[in-house]
Amino acid sequence: MAASAPFSWIEPHRHGIRIVPGDTWVDPSRAADRALVTHGHADHARGGHGTTFATPETLAIMALRYNTGEGPNGGKTVPVSYGETVTLTGGVTATYIPAGHVLGSAQILLEHAGERVVITGDYKRRADPTCPPFEVTPCDIFITEATFGLPVFTHPPIADEMAKLLGALRTNPDACVLVGAYALGKAQRVIAELRAAGQHAPIYLHGAMEKMCRLYEDHGVDLGRLKLVADASKNDMRGGIIIAPPSALNSTWARRLPDPITAMASGWMRVRGRARQRGVELPLIISDHADWGELTQTIEDVAPQETWITHGREDALLRWCELGQRKARALAMVGRDQEGDQEGDGGHEA
Amino acid sequence: MKRFAALLDALAYTVSRNRKLALIAGYLRQTPDPDRGWALGALTGSLDFPAVKINAVRNLMKTRVDPELWTLSRDFVGDTAETVSLLWPSSDPDAITPSLAETVARLTAMKRSTVMTELPQLLDMLDEAERYALIKIATGGMRVGVSARLTKLAFAQSFDVTVDEVEEYWHALTPPFSQLFAWAADGADPPDTASIPTFRPFMLAHPLEEDAVDLKDYAAEWKWDGIRVQVVRAQAGDGHETRVYSRSGDDISASFPEIAEALDIPAVLDGELLVRGDVQGGVSGGAASFNALQKRLGRKTVSKKMREQLPAFVRLYDALIVDGEDLRELPWEQRREHLETLMPRLPDTAFDLSQLVQADDFTALAEIRENAREDAIEGLMLKRRDSAYVAGRKAGAWYKWKRDPLLIDCVLMYAQRGSGKRAGLYSDYTFGCWAGDPDSNGLGGAELLPVGKAYSGFTDAELKKLDKLVRKTTLKRYGPVREVERTLVLEVAFDSVHTSTRHKSGLAMRFPRIHRIRWDKPVHEADRIEALKALIRD
Repeated sequence: MAASAPFSWIEPHRHGIRIVPGDTWVDPSRAADRALVTHGHADHARGGHGTTFATPETLAIMALRYNTGEGPNGGKTVPVSYGETVTLTGGVTATYIPAGHVLGSAQILLEHAGERVVITGDYKRRADPTCPPFEVTPCDIFITEATFGLPVFTHPPIADEMAKLLGALRTNPDACVLVGAYALGKAQRVIAELRAAGQHAPIYLHGAMEKMCRLYEDHGVDLGRLKLVADASKNDMRGGIIIAPPSALNSTWARRLPDPITAMASGWMRVRGRARQRGVELPLIISDHADWGELTQTIEDVAPQETWITHGREDALLRWCELGQRKARALAMVGRDQEGDQEGDGGHEA
Repeated sequence: MKRFAALLDALAYTVSRNRKLALIAGYLRQTPDPDRGWALGALTGSLDFPAVKINAVRNLMKTRVDPELWTLSRDFVGDTAETVSLLWPSSDPDAITPSLAETVARLTAMKRSTVMTELPQLLDMLDEAERYALIKIATGGMRVGVSARLTKLAFAQSFDVTVDEVEEYWHALTPPFSQLFAWAADGADPPDTASIPTFRPFMLAHPLEEDAVDLKDYAAEWKWDGIRVQVVRAQAGDGHETRVYSRSGDDISASFPEIAEALDIPAVLDGELLVRGDVQGGVSGGAASFNALQKRLGRKTVSKKMREQLPAFVRLYDALIVDGEDLRELPWEQRREHLETLMPRLPDTAFDLSQLVQADDFTALAEIRENAREDAIEGLMLKRRDSAYVAGRKAGAWYKWKRDPLLIDCVLMYAQRGSGKRAGLYSDYTFGCWAGDPDSNGLGGAELLPVGKAYSGFTDAELKKLDKLVRKTTLKRYGPVREVERTLVLEVAFDSVHTSTRHKSGLAMRFPRIHRIRWDKPVHEADRIEALKALIRD
């Protein structure tokens, strides 16, 4: 290929990031012939692609959630493990690097003509017993998320939040704590952290959680004793923890629980108004995304020539880059341009 | 401070009213004086620190945080105190923090010239929840879903006294309410309210929801459109002891000296403050529109010219105390007789009597109400003839029976993010009517002029839908405000409309609220500005 303008091989579009040579897309929101997928959440992954490149864990999640893989909707899948590099049609190479977001989540390092681009997908820098930690990868263009891109967002240590949860359980031995948590990632991390905090009693699951928990266990994440709410009596669950999708909080489903204290595990719980809008009594500030400190620290660590911001509160992170005289731009992406804080079930997971 | 901050947090996350009552009652029982008194003051909005206003807090933050990052953060969080608490760097978690009383003392000592150095020192001592509590205490408005009334109820519960007693003494006392605690908790004598011009809480009315009431049991009078006031003169003392209180208990005597000067009998009287004129009820009604009264509100002093041009008077509804005799236990009918007997002793320049509306039966009364709009009167009041005068709203005692609201179809133009529980949702809507003919030449010849703003009248589910629409149809952003494409018709209900120089349209609505969302109606079918102008009764 003749010498062309720097980085002309990569194009941000409303529907995803396009790798021009070979027409491959990263996390496209529309079906593509060739797609690189960072992780299994619905605002990044979908069915219908011709060939999907993703980590083996993400491919398993996609097969469960979007019926990808062998079958009527399924296309070809190419598993790429952490640290592995694949060469795409058109000569661009893609290396998958842990992002620390959820099981199987990856950053993707793209290299072409000596130029390096990293796409983070969603990420965090905190320890998570369910997935390997984020690795800082030097690059020229750093394409980052900014879900919690406001200086008000500082996620407290998860041990504090576990103590809050277990404290509520101790002071209300006849009640139960109902924790709203996204079915992919948050639920399993909360369970694993509860185990680490010494909570060994069975944890009760809403039916929608079961398959994903089994999938995590199949990939070597120990979640301890799990039971289904449907199989338990009211009395069994007194003094226990129930994990359910956020949509089940304050629903008719929750009426079968013994005096539930409504908790929610999300980074949005840092803001009182958000918790109150959902009728949450016990807000647990637990996020699988980088907080403001992590986002800005990561840009400093990676020290790219240019930062592109895919979604979230890009205004503030842009401003931060401007104040530090760092080159940056915001990409308005479809499906990820909502504020993510008024999420419905299919919305952005935080 | 730790305990009060924990109480505020617990209240914010508690939905059930009974649980809230129990939380406050528990706090009041377990917390020593004077901290609990200051807490009571904070929860009822009775504290005021003149040097520490929300603007000072904002200015302080803009020296600590990049102003643009501050604005983006404040916008998202929807609450200034909370934004401060989240952005301020954290202190040593094991440090001993000041007590609530000490915090209040420090806030009281701050001056405009020192607040920018002293407030940061105080913030540095506190943890996140305490910082939130601090700014809330300093600037008022707790926003934890607790009203002053609920707090008083909790106080009554914790010490086994009645809320009516609490209300009776409340306005004679100031934070930290040591006399109130001495009486309720320790059995001391109650505070003496006879010798000071104390505000007594108003008796209020429920909207009439029954189809009819029997006029043998209920008397009717006009619902005048001014502001409800209480004129109080204490039994003892001399000089300036007559006070005029607004509905919230604020002393507005200085704005209406002609009223305060006119009462020299020890009494507590309940009535409507109005300006003389001929709009409400025509010449015989004798009252100008609310718009005229508004020009006299909120003034610290009032010029002679203003008094002459817009003379104020009180149209009396009720008498609570006359010549030191407490009439509140008596049935309305007997209080009314006392009031009528009193009238000749009052100067008619400052007081007149709210006349009863006579009708043979409820149907006849309904007809009279129907015509109230032509007379520019808000509606009718129905008062149970045997009702005692009690604080607040009592089921079945008094009803307000407003005439049906006016309705107009407007087009949504701007939306603003809400605060508190509605933080992040676009919940405040500005709407307009057409100037020019929207049907001529498509929409070419017409433009929309904003006529009002509303933030109520819709359900939570509708709010979500509206929020979504705003996000989807945004044309421009101005900080917390978004300008939207003209796609949605809102049927707006309002009580009346007046001329105003404040808006470009020259109009101002009273009590506008969303009546119906017309998802179905094309925008060019919304009303024209002339339709609204035709409803002015100034």
